[in-house]
Amino acid sequence: MTAASLLTALVAVPWLGALLLATGGALPARAVRALAALASLSTLVFGALLLARFDPAVPGLFVETRVPWIRSLGIDYHLGLDGMGLLFVLLTGVLGPLALATTLRRAAKVRAAAAWFLLLQGSALGVFVALDFFPWFICWELSLVPAFFLIRGWGGANGGAAAYRFVVFTLAGSAGLLLAFAALYAATGTMNFADLAQLRATGELAGKLGGLGTLAPALAFLGVLVGLGVKAPLFPFHSWMPATYAEAPVGVSMFLTGVMSKMGVYGFFRILWPIFPAELRAHAAPLLVLALAGVLLGALAALRSGSLRRMLAYSSLNHVSYCLLALFAVAGAGRADGVAVESALAGALIQAFNHGLSAAALFFVAGVLEHRSGGTSDLDRFGGVRAAAPRFALLAGVALFSSLGLPGLNGFVGEFLIFRGVFALQPLVAALATVALLVTAIFLLGFWQRVFHGPRSGAVTGTFADLDAAEWRVLGPLVFLMILLGVAPQLLAGLVNPLATAWAATLTLP
Amino acid sequence: MSLLPWIPVATLAGAVLALAAGARSAAAARAVAMVTALFGLLAAGVAAARFTPSSELVTLVDVPWIAQLGIRYHLAVDGISLSLVVLTAIAATAGVLFSWTVAERVGEFFALYLTLVAGVYGVFLSADVFLLFVFYEIAIVPKYFLVAGWGSTRREYGAMKLVLYSFAGSALVLAGLVWTYGAGGAEGFSFGALTEAAARMSYGENVAAFGLVFFGFATLAGLFPLHTWAPTGHVAAPTAASMLLAGVVMKLGAYGCLRIALPFYPVGFAAWQMVIGWLAVAGIVYAGLVALVQRDFKFVIGYSSVSHMGFVMLGLATGEVEALGGATLQMFSHGVIAGLLFAVVGRMVYEREHTRDLVELEALPMHRRLPGAAAVFVLAGLASMGLPGFSGFPAELKILTGAWAFHPLWAVGAAGGVLVAGAFTLRVIQRAFFGRFSAVPATAAETPDQAVVPTRLTLPERLGALLLLAATILIGLKPDLLLDWIMPALQSPAFHFAASRAVP
Repeated sequence: MTAASLLTALVAVPWLGALLLATGGALPARAVRALAALASLSTLVFGALLLARFDPAVPGLFVETRVPWIRSLGIDYHLGLDGMGLLFVLLTGVLGPLALATTLRRAAKVRAAAAWFLLLQGSALGVFVALDFFPWFICWELSLVPAFFLIRGWGGANGGAAAYRFVVFTLAGSAGLLLAFAALYAATGTMNFADLAQLRATGELAGKLGGLGTLAPALAFLGVLVGLGVKAPLFPFHSWMPATYAEAPVGVSMFLTGVMSKMGVYGFFRILWPIFPAELRAHAAPLLVLALAGVLLGALAALRSGSLRRMLAYSSLNHVSYCLLALFAVAGAGRADGVAVESALAGALIQAFNHGLSAAALFFVAGVLEHRSGGTSDLDRFGGVRAAAPRFALLAGVALFSSLGLPGLNGFVGEFLIFRGVFALQPLVAALATVALLVTAIFLLGFWQRVFHGPRSGAVTGTFADLDAAEWRVLGPLVFLMILLGVAPQLLAGLVNPLATAWAATLTLP
Repeated sequence: MSLLPWIPVATLAGAVLALAAGARSAAAARAVAMVTALFGLLAAGVAAARFTPSSELVTLVDVPWIAQLGIRYHLAVDGISLSLVVLTAIAATAGVLFSWTVAERVGEFFALYLTLVAGVYGVFLSADVFLLFVFYEIAIVPKYFLVAGWGSTRREYGAMKLVLYSFAGSALVLAGLVWTYGAGGAEGFSFGALTEAAARMSYGENVAAFGLVFFGFATLAGLFPLHTWAPTGHVAAPTAASMLLAGVVMKLGAYGCLRIALPFYPVGFAAWQMVIGWLAVAGIVYAGLVALVQRDFKFVIGYSSVSHMGFVMLGLATGEVEALGGATLQMFSHGVIAGLLFAVVGRMVYEREHTRDLVELEALPMHRRLPGAAAVFVLAGLASMGLPGFSGFPAELKILTGAWAFHPLWAVGAAGGVLVAGAFTLRVIQRAFFGRFSAVPATAAETPDQAVVPTRLTLPERLGALLLLAATILIGLKPDLLLDWIMPALQSPAFHFAASRAVP
């Protein structure tokens, strides 16, 4: 299989699975589950095959395919992968099957749920491999459709309202993206990410975009910023998030926070920074304040939140904001200490991956607690889970401490690198962000104590069972990876370091 | 030999035959209508397969008609008209499929329907202004009888309003053109002769004549604030007529603007450009916001049509070739999508549930009662939202591109319209098909309405939906199929306006 067709297959196989399930008629439930699992696992297989072709010596794209598609709009079928893209493909490969299994476990209408989920997974992968706006935007927008139906059809009682809000917020961002890329196309005649970055690097883009009017560069930058910012989310575009994560089915929440929020982070690195470096640098100060607000307010809101999944949602806002904080610190610094830049950028990508693992695991833990207690998500209704379900408590504890950034677990590496880099670039911002580390420690430990320690109380009755085999199969691999990547962080660093070094080199050029 | 020049005549002949056959049996009239529509589709398909894109109108027929006035029966085709002929063929065929269940005076219904279609074909193929105007009027008259005779919801009012607006619009067009013919001393009604005549008018006359002709046509295209006939008319019309009205007849107005008003009066156009652009942007946003608060399912679609036609008018207003191409593509795209949306509301839902009230539909588990209609509407809704992968996206992208190049604030306004379109489409999908039926008290489940399970989608409905969905997805993934015809046609000197940028 050629490398290029691997990229197509990566996206196409989950979509084909979705199509088969959607049109397949009345398959027995076991066949539906098997087919869905296979289609979902294909990502991990293709990801591994692509990983085998990864060359750490090459910082750029190691696989690429580019064929003309729509001549009259200068659109190409352009897919490619570098270390960053591969990182997110692998994250999707790990989380996709686990989140799918969680979604289908107790779902009604298994076939429909599986089809929607596979459509979502394929679309997310498309976002990570597409390098031309048109295919990228197809996948970006298409991912909303399954997310909408999964949240409203399989989610909580207020799933409909949450889904509507989620999609309308994201559509506002999409309108911004469309507006921005129409401007880029009007100015340059291309919407290809690589070509635009190239035009930017040679300095032609600024003149061409400025030719559309004095407002055009700023509006285009703002459009992309909002479009990506809603998805990540960047404070203050996050207000769709708590209700969405709380109302979505647990498996979908795992995927939303683990993978879909990374679509936004990825876009910041793939689109916003390469095409608008000057604008990003000029507005770095206010953006740093927004990212810092996300870090701090996310942690504080999590501390104040009495409901399981809302707490985790705010905690996600906090963790994802670290990635953006690192990028904005670098973008704002201009010529700066290469080691600090490299550290912050590598840290941001590693953090994005690790947050995906730990946030997905924590949402799964929340799902287990909700299921055992008959649907309550009130933190005060739990107590003494450790006594009732010691193995569950052990795995949940690892996930908690990973999220908290305990050295030796995966979460530590990214945050450490980010803080090391940001301290050198923006000492004050880094100092303020450390407050959030403290708050995170307080609310996560508080959660641990309230829910897991002490005598059994509230919803934790004698019938509170420990993990069953299916739950082991989800939480086990996640916890294993947390420990593995905590002990051997070079596994991830190897993917992103060449890129971070190359980026730092371009920044420190005279 | 090309079948294309025979389409208008053959369709009119089909109308007469349908009337005759209807006197015997409804099935015969239906068959005649189907065959006539399929002939149009075949002729358009053959012409499309053999078409060589160029910047010129290729003459199909050209014979003298009223020699004293220099009026000729002159049919010609270029990439723009061919795209719209293909649209008409698709929409007309789908319209017959969605009219399968019409039971009253079937012969008359299809006779009027085919007359309307013949007029539309004629307008798109005319290369003589007088002939174009005759076909234009042929298209307007049957609308009244279709809406008043087979419509619903205040149909006499809707029909009257629709036709009065149409006649008022065409009166403005006629006045402007006759004035140009006289004042400019034209030798005939060919496009070239009238363009030269318009060029001989004084600046003031040119500006005024453009105003008459443009706003006359723009009334039919639903340009804000001349759009008010459209939602009421579309809602009152029977399904196939609303599919044609929104899908094709509104395009007649936009086509008139593109083919006649802009190329004939470039000077007048430049004077009116800012007004038109802002009205278009206002229409996109205003109609979208109105659609957001409608309670009648069909009114949502009616206003969405006005919003989408605003994009066409915006594309025209920029005068940029890119955006004119986008506007033409948007005409095709909206024709297909509006047809699909009206088919779901009027035929699939209303004929089965006898309500279009979103509050009542919300109380029914519609996605379980009519899963096929829900699936079609979700896809059509995504297309209508302008999602990439459907035909609306490349069209809107090209229009936005042109708007950027002419006036960035138009682009910003239109992007706001894209968001509003997303919101109202999502709202109506949610309300109409995935409502809060679980909250309905148990007693409601025993009302006869709920107990009767509606019939599944019939074969004609499936075929019609498939045809329209295939068209929007095919053009969405491969817009070059149409743009390769449209863009060369726009290279014609007729479309080279001295477009000046609004913002330096």
